[in-house]
Amino acid sequence: MNIPSTISTLLIGIVLTLLSLWYGQNHGLMPIAASDEANQVDDLFDTMMIIATGLFLIVQGTLIFCAFYFRKRKGDNTDGPGLHGNVPLEILWTAIPAAIVVWISIYSFEIYNTLGGVDPMTAGDMHAMHSPKSHRGAAIAAPLETMPSDSRQIALGVGASPLNQGKSAELEVNVTGLQYAWIFNYPDSGITTGELHLPVGQEIQVNLSANDVIHAFWVPQLRLKQDAIPGRTAQLRFTLNRVGEYPLRCAELCGSYHGSMITKLIAHTPEDYQNWVQSQQIASQPNNSKALALNPTNLSDSQFLAPYAQEMGIDTQLVSEMHHSHH
Amino acid sequence: MTQAQLQPSGEHLSHHPHSEERRWQDYFTFSTDHKVIGIQYLVTGFLFYLVGGALATAIRTELATPAPDFVDPRLYNSLFTLHGTIMIFLWIVPAGAGFANYLLPLMIGARDMAFPRLNAVAFWIIPPTGILLISSFFFDPAQAGWTSYPPLSVTASQVGEAIWIMSVLLLGTSSILGGINFLVTLWKMRVPSMRLNQMPLFCWAMLSTSLLAVIATPVLAGALILLAFDLLIGTTFFNPTGGGDPVVYQHLFWFYSHPAVYIMVLPFFGVMSEVIPVHSRKPIFGYAAIAYSSLAISFLGLIVWAHHMFTSGTPGWLRMFFMITTMIIAVPTGIKIFGWLATMWGGKIRLNSPMLFAMGFISTFVVGGLSGVMLASVPFDIHVHDTYFVVAHLHYVLFGGSMFGIYTAIYHWFPKMTGRMINEPWGIVHFILTYFGFNLTFLPMHVLGLQGMPRRVAMYDPQFANINFICTIGSYILAVSTIPFLINAVWSWTRGTKAEDNPWQALGFEWLTSSPPSIENFEVLPVLTVGVYDYGMSDLSEVESRSSVEVKYPVGPDNEPVSATSDSQSK
Ligand code: HEM
Ligand SMILES: [Cu+2]
Ligand SMILES: [Cu+2]
Repeated sequence: MNIPSTISTLLIGIVLTLLSLWYGQNHGLMPIAASDEANQVDDLFDTMMIIATGLFLIVQGTLIFCAFYFRKRKGDNTDGPGLHGNVPLEILWTAIPAAIVVWISIYSFEIYNTLGGVDPMTAGDMHAMHSPKSHRGAAIAAPLETMPSDSRQIALGVGASPLNQGKSAELEVNVTGLQYAWIFNYPDSGITTGELHLPVGQEIQVNLSANDVIHAFWVPQLRLKQDAIPGRTAQLRFTLNRVGEYPLRCAELCGSYHGSMITKLIAHTPEDYQNWVQSQQIASQPNNSKALALNPTNLSDSQFLAPYAQEMGIDTQLVSEMHHSHH
Repeated sequence: MTQAQLQPSGEHLSHHPHSEERRWQDYFTFSTDHKVIGIQYLVTGFLFYLVGGALATAIRTELATPAPDFVDPRLYNSLFTLHGTIMIFLWIVPAGAGFANYLLPLMIGARDMAFPRLNAVAFWIIPPTGILLISSFFFDPAQAGWTSYPPLSVTASQVGEAIWIMSVLLLGTSSILGGINFLVTLWKMRVPSMRLNQMPLFCWAMLSTSLLAVIATPVLAGALILLAFDLLIGTTFFNPTGGGDPVVYQHLFWFYSHPAVYIMVLPFFGVMSEVIPVHSRKPIFGYAAIAYSSLAISFLGLIVWAHHMFTSGTPGWLRMFFMITTMIIAVPTGIKIFGWLATMWGGKIRLNSPMLFAMGFISTFVVGGLSGVMLASVPFDIHVHDTYFVVAHLHYVLFGGSMFGIYTAIYHWFPKMTGRMINEPWGIVHFILTYFGFNLTFLPMHVLGLQGMPRRVAMYDPQFANINFICTIGSYILAVSTIPFLINAVWSWTRGTKAEDNPWQALGFEWLTSSPPSIENFEVLPVLTVGVYDYGMSDLSEVESRSSVEVKYPVGPDNEPVSATSDSQSK
């Protein structure tokens, strides 16, 4: 088989390319993007959609074409041509996908780097911290044990973008996952809440930990997710750029009511955020985190859950049992 | 006489053509005949598939509406846990082993597997284990998903979890025993005239599959045994409060379970490479590339496991390594897909049910493959990990890849296995229902995941209600689609028209013997004189003239082929 190069294949090629380009950019599949980082992930997704659409159309088109065009005709009992292969063609269809995936890898790496995924501060993990040689600078590894909740701690997740590396985030929030609630603690102001309030336009770092089982912090509008693993810490750094309320879910199966482990991320303008902080400080005697955990009804004002609040209350018993059964 | 010659073998064979006809009772015995065991695997697997399918239907019924109103969330977790486990360990893996059992010896001209008794043991582990697993519904079934991550798995349900661990350990053992048997059989029992690189591609696929099963499954066993210690006697291998680390479990688990997805799908890649040339009447395009790509997939499959853990305890630089290895797997997979398309291109395609299912396989697998490449991209995976995008992807790959593959194989080898033809029009009805039901169920799930619906939830935000409803309708169509198949299979098996030995005019060894094959497989051992894919070469197409075909391939030095004679075929 020769690599086809007739006018008609050229035309088909052009149509395919245009279709893929159009669909890749107009699929409308992603939710609103609420951070700069999210926009970059969307660009990457669009690019992959263009390629995927093209390949999808080629394969499905070939299948349909074969089904009609090369169908055995009635009464024809002969075989097709005894063609065993075509080395140039095989090399071509090995090389093109290889080039595509290498290119996607490089592009993904670029995006991941700008997101802060390869920030050296998050590049190790907790268990590696005693072996300085796994890190670039001994200065990073040495003081770790003495600075438990400092932002310099080597953790998992997505760290600072290359621009901000070495600086600490403008606002830090400690996030704890437990069955079946998120607890947000603002170390600067001492506030503890069940909803995450954040200002837009500032670099934010959330420090993730878990009390009982693995949970995962996910805000679809941020395209960010990270497991909160008992015994480890993890972090995410991002900058919101859009005021609004976004769902903040648990994405890792964490027990019966995993599906209801959902709260809100509320992105404020900086002024609104300050007002919120003040109102909280006035109102607060810091909430007891245990109370929050054992009574999920308190924290979830998301509408759809209201009908099941009763059921979840029943589960309180279960929750406390579980907490005790930890060895 | 077809492509191969049947050559009187040295050993004396008693002739037992009709006295040893198989009876239905044989299928309920500890038979050591690979063909009986193959059928036992297939039928048992299918029964478990019906159970797993019923659970899937229950899951989808629950998800038809946003509220958890059909089952309570706790039971829901058990439903998808057992659904995933049953589908994987009691349906796809056994079905692959079933076809391998039935076909490998026939395809390489052997009389049985290398270790027939071991083979029977490997099978007989499965039914009781399956019943054990399902029986956990009467206690407090496991609820931690088929991944069973600690600490959740050691806190959620003790009895159910213990049963789950026990079952998966036993099923893993069965799979290792099967794998060893396939490897030795392929290595040692080929007829002397068949060199390794003349083996049918299904054999190559099983070689790669068995290597994976033998290398990776023991690691799962290790993980599960440690998990059982944590669960039952309070050790803290994976418990951080005692100095353990839950992420270690994930590494061990995925070191097996990523290769496991290739254990599940490689056999059906092999099936495609067998079925497509026959019904396209063309040689397989790029034999060597397809054969070696199976091995490449096995090897790469072993070094990509952490792509399931991008958002877990995996540091940034390691994510990059696993991203690249995962991306590279797309290349050998692409080689196969393009090879199949090129095989069809220019052929004389018979659009019968095996071929339709084969095309359905390519059509759906490609979707899973493309979403797989996307998932390999770390920044994108971070968004969709543990969402319905992944559920869609995994079902396109696993469910599409297995179910279309299994049906392809059943329709293709049905005449050989049962001696009867399966009804064509009903096969086509079955295909149409399955194909549309499948895509209606799983295609919209991509959107759910991208938009923000996490997986493993019994209740969800009302904004997702419409799409979920569509998926549920699709799943009902899918459930209904098995009915024409079941009726067709049972009816055709008992009273379908009698099949010829080689109804497809295929060239593989398995078509040389009678349908169904006699107990000893071949009266005399076949000799490979013409490749098993040499459709359209010289005048092979004229069935009558096949007997005079010249030797096409040199055969092994120790086994000079004798020239063909048309009356040497057993009949
Ligand atoms: C060979 C066939 C199949 C295999 C191998 C398979 C495999 C799986 C696996 C591994 C899971 C994940 C379980 C977990 O998260 O622990 C799953 C979940 C699920 N499957 Fe299947 N499945 C198959 C067929 C089906 C069918 C026919 C349907 C629909 C009718 C279906 C619908 C679902 C749904 C809705 C979930 C739940 C997703 C979630 O909540 O995360 N599956 N399946
Ligand atoms: Cu959670
Ligand atoms: Cu959860």
